[in-house]
Amino acid sequence: MAELTYRDAVARGIAQEMERDEDVVFLGEDVADAGGVFKATVGLLEKFGPIRVRDTPISEQAIMGAAMGAAMTGLKPIAEIMFSDFFAVCFDYIANEFPKSRYMSNGQLKCPLVVRTGNGAGSRFGAQHSQSVENWCMMIPGLKVVAPSNPRDVIGLMAAAVRDPDPVIFFEHKSLYATKGEVPDGEIVDTLGTAAIARPGKDATILALALMVPRALAAAEKLKAEHGIDCEVVDVRSLVPLDTQTILGSVARTHRLFTVEENPRLCGWGAEIVSIVADEAFYDLDGPPVRITTPHIPLPAADILEDIALPTVDRIVDRVKRSMNS
Amino acid sequence: MATVENRAQKPAAGINDDIGEATRLELYRSQVLLREAEQRAFDLFLQNLVKGTSHLSLGQEAVAAGFATAMKPGDLSFCTYRGHAHTLARGVPVEKVLGELMQRDNGLMRGKGGSMHLTSAEHGVMGSYAIIGAHLPIACGAAWRAQYKGTKDVSVCFFGDGTTNIGAFHEALNFAVVWKLPVIFVCENNLYMEYTPIASVTAVKQPAADRAAAYGLERILIDGNDADVVYRTAQDAFAKARAGAGPSLIECLTYRHSGHSRADPAKYRPEGELERWKERDPVKVYRERLKQFGVDDKAIAAIENDVRKIVDDATEACKAAPMPPLDLLTTDVYADGGFAWRN
Repeated sequence: MAELTYRDAVARGIAQEMERDEDVVFLGEDVADAGGVFKATVGLLEKFGPIRVRDTPISEQAIMGAAMGAAMTGLKPIAEIMFSDFFAVCFDYIANEFPKSRYMSNGQLKCPLVVRTGNGAGSRFGAQHSQSVENWCMMIPGLKVVAPSNPRDVIGLMAAAVRDPDPVIFFEHKSLYATKGEVPDGEIVDTLGTAAIARPGKDATILALALMVPRALAAAEKLKAEHGIDCEVVDVRSLVPLDTQTILGSVARTHRLFTVEENPRLCGWGAEIVSIVADEAFYDLDGPPVRITTPHIPLPAADILEDIALPTVDRIVDRVKRSMNS
Repeated sequence: MATVENRAQKPAAGINDDIGEATRLELYRSQVLLREAEQRAFDLFLQNLVKGTSHLSLGQEAVAAGFATAMKPGDLSFCTYRGHAHTLARGVPVEKVLGELMQRDNGLMRGKGGSMHLTSAEHGVMGSYAIIGAHLPIACGAAWRAQYKGTKDVSVCFFGDGTTNIGAFHEALNFAVVWKLPVIFVCENNLYMEYTPIASVTAVKQPAADRAAAYGLERILIDGNDADVVYRTAQDAFAKARAGAGPSLIECLTYRHSGHSRADPAKYRPEGELERWKERDPVKVYRERLKQFGVDDKAIAAIENDVRKIVDDATEACKAAPMPPLDLLTTDVYADGGFAWRN
């Protein structure tokens, strides 16, 4: 067991898979020599050499297309798109190419690749380098979508993603790179499509993803200490496949549901989960499900504005308390 | 610098020159097959047996035949939505292609892909892509795998003149040159991007060849209606790619005899243009060349009759084939064979 940053967990997770399988290759902008703009891939070039760890031009379509062509023909590429906002310039691959080739070819073609990307706000980068875009990907049949919240999950879910035979979009949160967590020694392999109960509780279920997980946990501590409300926090971790059993099981125990989402409100992942719960567990609920989200706005650059845009610990506490007391 | 002229004027020492009789007969047979199959596809959609859309390569057969004949097993083809000819040219059975166009269970993808997405991995046809430009970077990736694995296969990416004005074209060319990938980019310039003359929307005269210099590549502009020229040019590009010397960009001048798609009567063409190009119909040009080389009429007729029978038999088999079963709707979304997104 050792303490590791989320940033270093990325490099360790990739290295674990590259050591295991020489068909795993890694490409992206500034990923090799520079070690990534977030320093999340430092040391990979030195360890695996320039044939397996490759810098690319600023050509997101070329990066995505090359990863796909390599995946179709036998490699297991990990491609980095520096900021998830840049998905918009290579969205054809995410929406039309990776997820449809297997279906359209009636199973003749495969696309086993991982796209990892820096997602989310908190860096004061403004509207085009701060978005949470996991819902852009969640809606597309054929993709798998994960978003780890801690260093151990980064390594385990990276391994699961690389070993998965389908295209996986791997959202790393920029504001989590500096955070630390305990990580076991040796190989870590997790399972896609599994949520985790990050904090057990009996009064309400709070679902959260990525950066919202530590905030939900802090809010749960406060709610317990200051208001006697005992919340269960579920780290959703994997949007596709979605672990509805863990979510429905939690709601069946607590009878209340809150989602904490960094994405702007419309069509956020929480909307889909609320609809599933309404459909399948309506009579388990003792009150209306509540979504706590960023408003329907582009993100501002100024810190005091960005800070109030995202769900904060205090906002979560306030919203849960009001709802539970009404 | 290579031009149309010097590639066309390669000395011909009779039929057994650098190309040879057997290859020439193969080139002719391939072009006749593509012509007959595409004409049949057109007839079948007039009968409403081909649904959806359909983009024919009538008039452009020499490019597909020339490249496919120069390919070795293991080489990979990446096609566009105008991909019937390139798919057939790799040896995919006519019945499988027509069956897919007719959206029957005997089709290449059992009706799940349709005319614009023909794929036959076992023949090296790694998909037909209907988003302009998307497959150029994908072909780069397949070529990267060949480079990484040290295999000698080459990825060939076919596209139209309209593709040269989309970003992915430029990203892929730069990328392929920088990584020195074994990939061949083949532009079929048929003068029209859909309904609009390519010249009226392009900054340079030759949409692919005139861009080659920007990527440090040789300018290659060839007569795409002459299968010998296409075949020789392809062989040079394959040799370069297999030697590890990187990509090629080849612009083939050609002309489609039909409209852009089934919905297009091609009324935008100036009067007489189609007729002028039909004088240079690649099948006609090649038949005359075989005769000049002394191939007798009987041998030529035997090829044509054989191909016609193949296309006739395939047509009948497709008409008799069932529609796909309804449970196919949800198969192969994910690698486990199904479409489950939750537990």
